[in-house]
Amino acid sequence: MAEAETQGKQVKPILPFLHISDNPDEKPYLAGSKCKSCGATYLGARMACAKCYSTEPMEDVKLSDKGELHVFSIVHQSAPGIPTPYVAAIVDLPEGVSVRCNIEGVEPDPKNLKFGMPVEMYTEIVHTDRDGNDIMAFKFRPAK
Amino acid sequence: MREVAMVGAGMIKFGRYPEKGVHELAAQAALLALQDADMTMKDVELLASGNLYQSSAMIGQRIMKEIGQTGIPVINVANACATGSTAYREAYMAVASGAYDTALAVGSEQMGKMGLLGGGGGGGGGGISPEGIVGSGLMPAVFGQAGVEHMRNYGTTEEQFAKIAVKNHKHSMHNPYSQYQVEMSLEDVMNARTIAWPNTLYMCCPTGDGAAAAVLTTMEKAKQLTTEPIKVATSTLTSDPYTERDLTMPDVNTLTKNASKLAYEDAGVGAEDLDLVELHDCFATAEMLHYENLGLCGEGEAGKLIDDKETYVGGRIPVNASGGLLSKGHPLGATGVANICEVYWHLKGQAGGRQVEGAKVGLAHVIGLGSACTIHILQK
Repeated sequence: MAEAETQGKQVKPILPFLHISDNPDEKPYLAGSKCKSCGATYLGARMACAKCYSTEPMEDVKLSDKGELHVFSIVHQSAPGIPTPYVAAIVDLPEGVSVRCNIEGVEPDPKNLKFGMPVEMYTEIVHTDRDGNDIMAFKFRPAK
Repeated sequence: MREVAMVGAGMIKFGRYPEKGVHELAAQAALLALQDADMTMKDVELLASGNLYQSSAMIGQRIMKEIGQTGIPVINVANACATGSTAYREAYMAVASGAYDTALAVGSEQMGKMGLLGGGGGGGGGGISPEGIVGSGLMPAVFGQAGVEHMRNYGTTEEQFAKIAVKNHKHSMHNPYSQYQVEMSLEDVMNARTIAWPNTLYMCCPTGDGAAAAVLTTMEKAKQLTTEPIKVATSTLTSDPYTERDLTMPDVNTLTKNASKLAYEDAGVGAEDLDLVELHDCFATAEMLHYENLGLCGEGEAGKLIDDKETYVGGRIPVNASGGLLSKGHPLGATGVANICEVYWHLKGQAGGRQVEGAKVGLAHVIGLGSACTIHILQK
């Protein structure tokens, strides 16, 4: 707390596996962990492997910011305060990890979304918390 | 393990009971089931109570404070949407194991108009929810995506999903326990507002209140009570095994496939032997997937199954003769017991206007996201 007060506001990730470097030149990325026994790869850190049950410490991996659209839904009704409609999607990354995310940059209509279409990740500040810290989220959009 | 029989079923009409406590709804269903079994609390040796949203409120004991404090063991169960059916399984295991002869399972829930359900996942920064910013963990989107995956794999259409809702709403017209009894055309369903594509409003189950109860006893005792005992041929429970996307996109298929394989083996019957199925149609898309998961048709053939009206009452394999969760309602903790009661009534020939004629074997399936899957097969 004392540190935060002296340094002023910080940028914090909306989910713990969004890695934000102290170096402003380094792009934020999704952090994963890979099982050294079976190769299964996960979003974020893990205690053990859900696939092969290995408890050997996992290898940290930097996940790709490019992937493919697996499936989606267009959400028209959500909890109070959440803007709709929007595209709620599952994106597959080349490392064998799937990510839950919003797809931005297209009108939220099924005809604009193709299974397997290439998408890319970007980040933006979506909120400021009570302590004045900026909250950063990751989103995906059709790849250029 | 001993043979177990179901000898009593009770249920209150699902709906909204803001003036009552949930333990009162549960107690009402419990009394109906005991009455059906020609028993009182004095005969019950164990009570398993399923309730999700008040899982810390000792609903099982509060039921007994309403209808008879006999001091027997009580188990309070929570297992997402499979809460009620998991309580039923606890009662089944108590009797099958030989530890108790007669057990009562009660499922109850009071949801009011609580709105959309789902975990949404924990936020990482300052208590900001990622819901709607980093995709969606709410049930409509989860089951929307599950349906869209079926579209991707097999070319299933919006219209085919909508046809499932048309069927279940039609079936509900004959079920006095159903929260909604409104017949709808394909146009009514497809033109309703979209909740999460491809599911429209009438392709999503409502929230509500309700309770259901069942009495289980040994086959030996059941034969003394009735000339036509209903055997609980299997009580199967699975959780979600590791699959490629499960941690991100809940895989509702694999654990149901695993459960159906185990259940058919345990019961010694196959999908082709079933006369009716009550399955977990929390959304129209879910019912489509479970046609295949339960082996009612081959992989990729579910769309054709509903096109050909095979799952209507009167068709090859009637599914959700009760109106399903889509019409009957889905008070979470009550659902799993109510589904089994519905199958029981069909086997007893007591299902009124929705009766599947000559039903001898029926299956009740429930899935709780997170995930838990139960399958019960009842046999005459």
